[in-house]
Amino acid sequence: MAYSDKVIDHYENPRNVGVLDKDESDVGTGMVGAPACGDVMRLQIKVGSDGVIEDAKFKTYGCGSAIASSSLLTEWVKGKTLDEASEIKNSEIAEELELPPVKVHCSVLAEDAIKAAVQDYKSKQAK
Amino acid sequence: MKTPIYFDYSATTPVDKRVAEKMCDCLTLEGNFGNPSSRSHPFGWAADEAVEQARKDVAALINANPKEIVWTSGATESDNLAIKGVAHFYHKKGKHIITSKTEHKAVLDTCRQLEREGYEVTYLDPQTNGLVDIDQLKAAIRDDTILVSIMHVNNEIGVINDITAIGEITRERGIIFHVDAAQSAGKIEIDMQKMKVDLLSLSAHKIYGPKGVGALFVRRKPRIRVEAQMHGGGHERGMRSGTLATHQIVGMGEAFRIAKEEMQQDNARIIKLRDRLFDGLKDIEEVYINGDMEHRVPHNINISFNYVEGESLMMALKDLAVSSGSACTSSSLEPSYVLRAIGRNDELAHSSIRFTLGRFTTEEEIDYAIKQIIDNITKLRELSPLWEMYKDGIDINAIQWAAH
Ligand SMILES: Cc1ncc(COP(=O)(O)O)c(C=O)c1O
Repeated sequence: MAYSDKVIDHYENPRNVGVLDKDESDVGTGMVGAPACGDVMRLQIKVGSDGVIEDAKFKTYGCGSAIASSSLLTEWVKGKTLDEASEIKNSEIAEELELPPVKVHCSVLAEDAIKAAVQDYKSKQAK
Repeated sequence: MKTPIYFDYSATTPVDKRVAEKMCDCLTLEGNFGNPSSRSHPFGWAADEAVEQARKDVAALINANPKEIVWTSGATESDNLAIKGVAHFYHKKGKHIITSKTEHKAVLDTCRQLEREGYEVTYLDPQTNGLVDIDQLKAAIRDDTILVSIMHVNNEIGVINDITAIGEITRERGIIFHVDAAQSAGKIEIDMQKMKVDLLSLSAHKIYGPKGVGALFVRRKPRIRVEAQMHGGGHERGMRSGTLATHQIVGMGEAFRIAKEEMQQDNARIIKLRDRLFDGLKDIEEVYINGDMEHRVPHNINISFNYVEGESLMMALKDLAVSSGSACTSSSLEPSYVLRAIGRNDELAHSSIRFTLGRFTTEEEIDYAIKQIIDNITKLRELSPLWEMYKDGIDINAIQWAAH
């Protein structure tokens, strides 16, 4: 499989790898995928009182495209409001990384991850 | 040392220079370019002589009679000719075939085709070490069983089936026994005088010969018949028509001749390298060897690195040409059916890497590979949420994952 330069760049220099404390009230965690399917993404966001995402971290078990999709996503969501972040489409990620059709599911997973993280944050706030 | 380093000798091997030279002599006007079937002039005679010498060399490696060798385009064709050929020829005796779940696709898909034609096929489950369970095989035999097809060496995990023992059983029951020996020829001893194998598939490109040529051993005593799959000029005693590809066949013959001569010294060197690789990797946490280590060809090692996905590992190991059981490397997005069949869970199948060494592998290359692997496993595990959970003592299997 030939990878685009962008996938290789994110894979070799992943941005924002790490962990945020999932028990903090201003942190939202989204974990999607399944080990049996070969990819698990965990995306975490830290949200400021103004509703803007201040920080984002990820860890991903998966192929190079899955790692790149989540790495790119952490860059994109920083500085966005929750609503803006939820509007990120998998097609935008796939396009930016020039993912081949068999790898589009990696970008779908990334979209699911940010939606899940936002959802987690919101449900914490509702409590 | 040149990179990338080739560690995929079970996929194919480079042609040995001695083989390439012989092949080149069979192409041009100055060379031995004739049609081996041309009986009316010296061009044909010379080509025929070269083909017959190759036939002797191939037969010699497996201790068979040259008359028992039928040229084909490779092990895929040999498997097809053997299995379909027997099924079609002996269908009046019965329509039941036994094979195993870890066979190469050339065998499995051929059996599937026969199922569509009304044959019944039993696919044996391997044991967790990858080997066929002889008792299970015995139990699967029925009165209408006409053929047992079991591979000698598995291409993914390198384990060696006891075909001598299986041959005793099939011969006693009057069942034809086919063996796919694409991965064993030139690596371990094959003796058609001792082993009661009736049909044996061979390929040239796994043992430093060219791609696109192979052979099927068809036993003469007791005589085994196969229905031709390719019809035409009646070459190869009617079993496989088509003008013989002199240069390919000569290449295969030379590769087999060299294998017979150098197999022992090659193996002695390769097993040391394989053990060196194994020793370098075995202390990494959470690594699993796939397949039996004892009944295994010297040049194969197949390892799962838990919590690291195979394709991303291969991407990291870009200087090492290896193959993976990961779904992402196949078009079907299914992880290796061989690893699944031996009971590996999907995660371990996804994180498996096959290293296959060969005649040109060096110690320096092995040491470089070990370092690359250790560094990258560490890096990828830092990226892996599963590794973090494992380290935190969380049971990953207890989590309800949403399959997608
Ligand atoms: C066990 C086994 N059988 C059959 C084949 C097919 O051989 P060929 O490429 O000569 O058709 C291979 C190689 O891929 C193999 O490993």
